[in-house]
Amino acid sequence: MKKNFFTTLLISIFSLTSCISQENPPEVKTPDQSEFTTETVVEGIDIPWGMDFISENEILVTEKKGILYRVSNGKKTEVSGLPEIYQRGQGGLMDIALHPNFKSNKIIYFTTGVHLEGEKGGNTALYCGELNENSLSNLKLLYKGQPNTKKGQHWGSRIVFDDKGHLFFGIGDRGNRDVNPQDLNRDGGKIYRLNLDGSIPEDNPFVNQEGALKAVYSYGHRNPQGMTVHPKTGEIWENEHGPKGGDEINIVQKAKNYGWPEITYGINYSGTSITDKTSMPGMEQPFYYWVPSIAPSGMAFSTSNVYKKWKGNLFVGSLKFKYLERLVIKRGKVVKREKILNDIGRVRNVKEGPDGYLYLGVEGKGILKVVQQ
Amino acid sequence: MKIFFGIITLLILFEGIWLYQKKPLEESIADGEEIYQDFCIQCHLDNGEGVYGGFPPLAKSDYLVNNIEMSIRGLKYGMSGPIVVNGGEYDGVMQDQGLDDDEIADVMNYILNNWGNEYKDMITEEQVAIINE
Repeated sequence: MKKNFFTTLLISIFSLTSCISQENPPEVKTPDQSEFTTETVVEGIDIPWGMDFISENEILVTEKKGILYRVSNGKKTEVSGLPEIYQRGQGGLMDIALHPNFKSNKIIYFTTGVHLEGEKGGNTALYCGELNENSLSNLKLLYKGQPNTKKGQHWGSRIVFDDKGHLFFGIGDRGNRDVNPQDLNRDGGKIYRLNLDGSIPEDNPFVNQEGALKAVYSYGHRNPQGMTVHPKTGEIWENEHGPKGGDEINIVQKAKNYGWPEITYGINYSGTSITDKTSMPGMEQPFYYWVPSIAPSGMAFSTSNVYKKWKGNLFVGSLKFKYLERLVIKRGKVVKREKILNDIGRVRNVKEGPDGYLYLGVEGKGILKVVQQ
Repeated sequence: MKIFFGIITLLILFEGIWLYQKKPLEESIADGEEIYQDFCIQCHLDNGEGVYGGFPPLAKSDYLVNNIEMSIRGLKYGMSGPIVVNGGEYDGVMQDQGLDDDEIADVMNYILNNWGNEYKDMITEEQVAIINE
């Protein structure tokens, strides 16, 4: 009996330490949690997927099940005029972004699951519309992934802009990983680039390739859940859900193939292997990958001076482990990872507000503002 | 005699319609497995074991068999608030997954006939259809 006990103990210690050693470095640290806290901006939003700031006191927030809120000084009002939202599995109303000239033209963009027509099921679409007070008008469908599918997985999606008049958004592989991500003729598993009016930029990488979708900018993605623009370099940074142990940060570049599912650091959630390859010629390595997977969602650089020592750091929400991750990057490498606001809840979104503070979309809660004490 | 054949023909016809409308349990369970793999497995895991304190178990779940209607309602419209399952307390949020009524029936049949679960009746699309929020 005693011997059995010690054997079990030894095995558990061994397996525990071997688990720890399998973590992709740097190991995540948990600093003193009393150094920071949150203030509630708005409550009562189950899955606050996307947000963007009209001003310091006004935010647009999407709720996945198909509601757009205009939040003014903590009070939320539903915005009317959305198209019919198709909510299924991981998809629904997703990201929202103000046009760079929103102040003068009132245009907003959003991504959402829609059915529209054709086969059963749905796919991710990008719309724009004009926002006046609490109503949307002049809706325009700018892009719709094809074909529809009843699969529940991997719709994306985030929207960002560069400073050259382009909009970028992502669509996940739509649960069809062996077909979509590596095929340039098919939607899904792609980052797309459009002009702000929805037209295709002439210098998009695949405009002259026969059969290829002309809006595609990069491919081989699994499920983009965070996107942001690097404050200094202007690069598009993206994070995506991989399989078990394969969540990634990528710097999205024109025409590049990010490898899914030919290469990955992850395995199937059932434990079986997808591929034994983590690299191949012609395919990009991630900037960083998480083992174990944290289920990243949302992503923002802190660019202001409102926080001590956080300027230039990258912040990513963890759905799985319910915290905000702080990543310190030096010379093109992640050198430090920290759990901020441990156990806050499933962090769906992270954005820097016009006041320089970080704002989080937390599931079952709403929007929270991060403050240091 | 004519009447007899007439009745037989009618019976066969009704039987045919009944069989056509009703999906056999095995088929429903098989379709339900696909739904489970797509929509449920992330939280309730491979064998319906769930995560203690986080996501309630479906395998041998007392809550499930004693609250069939609530469970269907939860799948249809979402579910939140505290519940006790097999002695463990859970207070999470399950989003409505946008499943059609027939898909909810299928996945219920899959869950109710797996991992040691047994349930005498088959859940039908019609049964799901009449449950309100």
